[in-house]
Amino acid sequence: MTATLGATPTIVLVGHGMVGQRFLEALAERGLTATHRVVVLCEEPRPAYDRVQLTSYFSGKTPEDLSLTDREFIKDHGIELYVGDPAESVDREARTVTARSGQVFTYDTLVLATGSYPFVPPVPNKDADGCFVYRTIEDLLAIEEYAKKVEVGAVVGGGLLGLEAAGALKGLGIETHIVEFAPRLMPVQVDEGGGAALLRTIEDMGLSVHTGVGTQEIVVGEDGAVTGMKLSDGSELSAGMVVFSAGVRPRDQLARDCGLAVGERGGIAVDEQCRTVTDPHVFAIGECALAADGRVYGLVAPGYEQAATAAATIAADEASFTGADLSTKLKLLGVDVASFGDAHGTTEDCLDVVYSDSRAGLYKKLVIGRDGTLLGGILVGDAEAYGTLRALTGSVPPISPEALVLPAGAGAPAQLGPSALPDDAIICSCHNVSKGTIRGAVTDHQCTTVPEVKKCTKAGTGCGSCVKVLGQLVTAELEASGMEVDKGLCACFSQTREELYEIVLALRINSYQDLLDRYGRESARGTDGCDVCKPAVASIIASLAPAIGASGYVLDGEQAALQETNDHFLANLQKNGSYSVVPRIPGGEITPEKLIVIGEIARDFGLYTKITGGQRIDMFGARVEQLPLIWARLVDAGFESGHAYGKALRTVKSCVGSTWCRYGVQDSVRMAIDLELRYRGLRSPHKLKSAVSGCQRECAEAQSKDFGVIATANGWNLYVGGNGGATPRHADLLAQDLSDAELIRLIDRFLMFYIRTADRLERTSTWLERIPGGLDHVRDVVVHDSLGICDELEQLMQAHVAHYRDEWAETINDPEKLARFVSFINAPDTPDPVVGFVPERDQIKPDLPLLTIGLRPAEEVLEGSAQR
Amino acid sequence: MTLALETTDLKVQLRLDDDWFTVCDLSHLLPGRGVAALLPDGRQVALFRDRAGELYAIDNRDPFTGAAVLSRGLTGTHQGRPFVASPLLKQRFDLASGQCLDDEAVRVTAYEVRTA
Ligand code: SRM
Ligand SMILES: Cc1cc2nc3c(=O)[nH]c(=O)nc-3n(C[C@H](O)[C@H](O)[C@H](O)COP(=O)(O)OP(=O)(O)OC[C@H]3O[C@@H](n4cnc5c(N)ncnc54)[C@H](O)[C@@H]3O)c2cc1C
Ligand code: SF4
Ligand code: FES
Repeated sequence: MTATLGATPTIVLVGHGMVGQRFLEALAERGLTATHRVVVLCEEPRPAYDRVQLTSYFSGKTPEDLSLTDREFIKDHGIELYVGDPAESVDREARTVTARSGQVFTYDTLVLATGSYPFVPPVPNKDADGCFVYRTIEDLLAIEEYAKKVEVGAVVGGGLLGLEAAGALKGLGIETHIVEFAPRLMPVQVDEGGGAALLRTIEDMGLSVHTGVGTQEIVVGEDGAVTGMKLSDGSELSAGMVVFSAGVRPRDQLARDCGLAVGERGGIAVDEQCRTVTDPHVFAIGECALAADGRVYGLVAPGYEQAATAAATIAADEASFTGADLSTKLKLLGVDVASFGDAHGTTEDCLDVVYSDSRAGLYKKLVIGRDGTLLGGILVGDAEAYGTLRALTGSVPPISPEALVLPAGAGAPAQLGPSALPDDAIICSCHNVSKGTIRGAVTDHQCTTVPEVKKCTKAGTGCGSCVKVLGQLVTAELEASGMEVDKGLCACFSQTREELYEIVLALRINSYQDLLDRYGRESARGTDGCDVCKPAVASIIASLAPAIGASGYVLDGEQAALQETNDHFLANLQKNGSYSVVPRIPGGEITPEKLIVIGEIARDFGLYTKITGGQRIDMFGARVEQLPLIWARLVDAGFESGHAYGKALRTVKSCVGSTWCRYGVQDSVRMAIDLELRYRGLRSPHKLKSAVSGCQRECAEAQSKDFGVIATANGWNLYVGGNGGATPRHADLLAQDLSDAELIRLIDRFLMFYIRTADRLERTSTWLERIPGGLDHVRDVVVHDSLGICDELEQLMQAHVAHYRDEWAETINDPEKLARFVSFINAPDTPDPVVGFVPERDQIKPDLPLLTIGLRPAEEVLEGSAQR
Repeated sequence: MTLALETTDLKVQLRLDDDWFTVCDLSHLLPGRGVAALLPDGRQVALFRDRAGELYAIDNRDPFTGAAVLSRGLTGTHQGRPFVASPLLKQRFDLASGQCLDDEAVRVTAYEVRTA
């Protein structure tokens, strides 16, 4: 079929990748989709998706999450999108493109956005079974599948992508080696000093690094599958799979075949308008283009700029692409590496300011021009300042460069916030959004939240590295414009959580609806509230239950409707709709009989078992209707709910202490059990964790807990405000050498004061940092009773302890509550067919493909898959 | 008076093509909380009753994760419209239309419900 040249001119886009999609958006923004027929040939089996975030597939993002294409957009703009149908040839004379399906399209304008292909060094057996590249969703699916059967993997290439791929392999549970030809990792972005700090961090993550060696040959077994590789230093590395990530090359074959000029090292040669130098009817954008400045850009931001330039040129507007910044930040979890501007100091006469602490894996270098202009830099180990520094590049920073690289606490003067930036500083380099534009979004477009500003300006919707600065700017702008920053809990309440707590306590309000109708914002009264305030208020009511005359049982009456699903089913929801069960094991101490009971129950119900990081045992894969059956047996054996599902006390970990350990000075196990039993069931703004160590060696890691206790020769030291998680914080010493009774009294007060004054989902660590006066104030209140509220705090805790009842024991004895534990109201005996499992390492795991397809016809059930 | 309503045997019904499919007694629906129901063809529906007694039904499958869990989310009102937030990754869905409030491109099927 040949499309005839009609009245409307036709634009054919070859390649629907990130830049192609951006180009379509630019066409639409300029109204060109209305005046042109737009045809898109997409090679991959799915429309454009976020390649930059590809690796997040391994942390749970689905291919749909990654999609950049909105069906409505394609439809509304009348774009003809042919998925899975690549362009095979171009006839520039006839101005036609032929697709693989045989369709022929006549164009007035042809835009090539064919991206890159991964470069695979020409080593023997490079195509063997078990060799992969890392570029598309399909590549990742194949890697994930193959990784199930191998234990060791190797990544060829220690650049940005190689490290990302290595992190992903590691995340799949594979021992991972990185082989890099250059003498250091990320050779393009970091210098020698940065490379050393980076190497340390990467090795600390458990990855093995081999630098300065090349891959000579892929070794294969008899079945033709990879078994390892030979390296240039003569050594051999055994590995069941190899991922090549040794750079990319522009996909310019289509262009070469039709006689378009390409660069010496590839790339379709274009001018500043992104028009090919050979043919005015043909444009090239993105990674396949050799820009007018002689470079091929392998980053998305320059590609987006090229897309905008090409669209503007087609609309006969003036625009040009003359070059772009190569700033990058590594998106690997746990590694902070960033480089921006002239990172290697190639500008004439420039100077370096370096801060380096290789013990801590820190390396920061700024490149400064003669006149003090910030030209670029490298940050390893701590890239906090990346957003601000990148935006400052090209200007003279308002404080000295030394101050910019010194770590906080090492005598660094006031940190430089984004308010110091000029209006034309680029905050989001993915979408080229300046500080002025972001301020405008707040002032002129009345955006009051980060999501609104993201939607309005596109800032923060690319690699995401600027979102932090974005948040600071939005807050600063709102405050500056005198607009009151709404500190209310949510759209339903203008009060903070702390204020609501006081209202509930003072007026003894024990109904959420009552609170909403009387104290909610005008517009929220009489409504159903929202998912933010419901659980927050439920938690306040539960913490204060005995004092305000509410039921202490979270599934009673209205309270049942306020709970998150975890609290509602008294178990933790897992990704496939099944639940996990965690019985309480106070202090981590457990008898052999109880261990056997857990084993038997897990075996009888076919559950996956795992020792948790909290010194207890988690059983996964229970269907909702199995929960009461499991708990009937657990309760019978003397177990109680572990509240792993609740914003409540989780565990009090212990070390073995003076009973057995030769160093122990107090009985840490007994104290941990006492504390866990005292505070079990206590609902709080966020989860609460604790630990007790028997001596200063601190084997129970008490200083990383909300309240941690360390034994001394004279008693106990109490630490508060510790946190693990993503932003770890060492706990602060609150009081020393306490007796048992003093210790418990102080903890009672501390916890109740926290519950009273913290925000929703605020751990003790962030609370301690936020409240005015910090630790000193808390010490004044709970140790010296400066507010005169300690009696009340203690009474509230007494009431909690006296009224504690096990939630599961209560539930299994209440037929009405039990009736809720079914998958289907109209078929109580039918299990949810989407909850399926497949075997792994002698246990089960969720059947995830089943989730993608919804339901699997009976005849297609995977081998070994079970719908228990 | 609502008391009388709750003690009668009103049934909740869903519209499937041209037929009304009976799911359960109205009294089984707790205001502000959902339940799931199985349709004859294997699809699943999440049914909700709000504070005012209004009934809603949307597909139970969370399009962001694939799990059949929307019935287990928290409900609320956003700019006057009823919604449920997925218990997994918290995206909100308009109960009347099935439209996702956090992603314009996503919508789940909404069903007509009545009591009879
Ligand atoms: C099961 C377990 C992992 C394991 O297999 O070991 C686990 C699993 C989860 N953790 Fe954890 N954490 C577990 C120990 C920890 C620890 C270690 C510890 O407690 O000593 C930490 C660091 C200590 C800390 O909290 O300060 C930890 C820090 C987190 C965080 C980060 C908290 C923070 O303040 O930054 C989250 C996210 C959150 O709560 O917002 C989290 C959230 C979660 C959630 C609830 C995520 C979710 O919403 O699905 C996981 C659900 C558990 C489930 O479904 O049963 N988990 N989590 C551990 C359960 C311990 C237990 O027996 O109850
Ligand atoms: C794992 C990973 C992480 C990355 N991280 C970052 C990052 O943090 N920051 C950053 O800036 N960049 C990053 N990148 C690079 C970024 O993804 C690319 O710069 C960007 O995708 C380039 O867009 P593009 O449209 O030019 O090419 P692509 O997105 O590759 O799209 C080109 C498309 O054209 C198709 N195609 C090719 N030939 C034809 C044909 N003949 N007919 C039809 N279709 C064809 C291809 O199949 C492909 O779908 C990363 C890349 C990867 C792989
Ligand atoms: S913290 Fe001290 S008492 Fe406890 S196990 Fe470690 S060394 Fe022994
Ligand atoms: S810099 Fe990448 S999203 Fe803003």
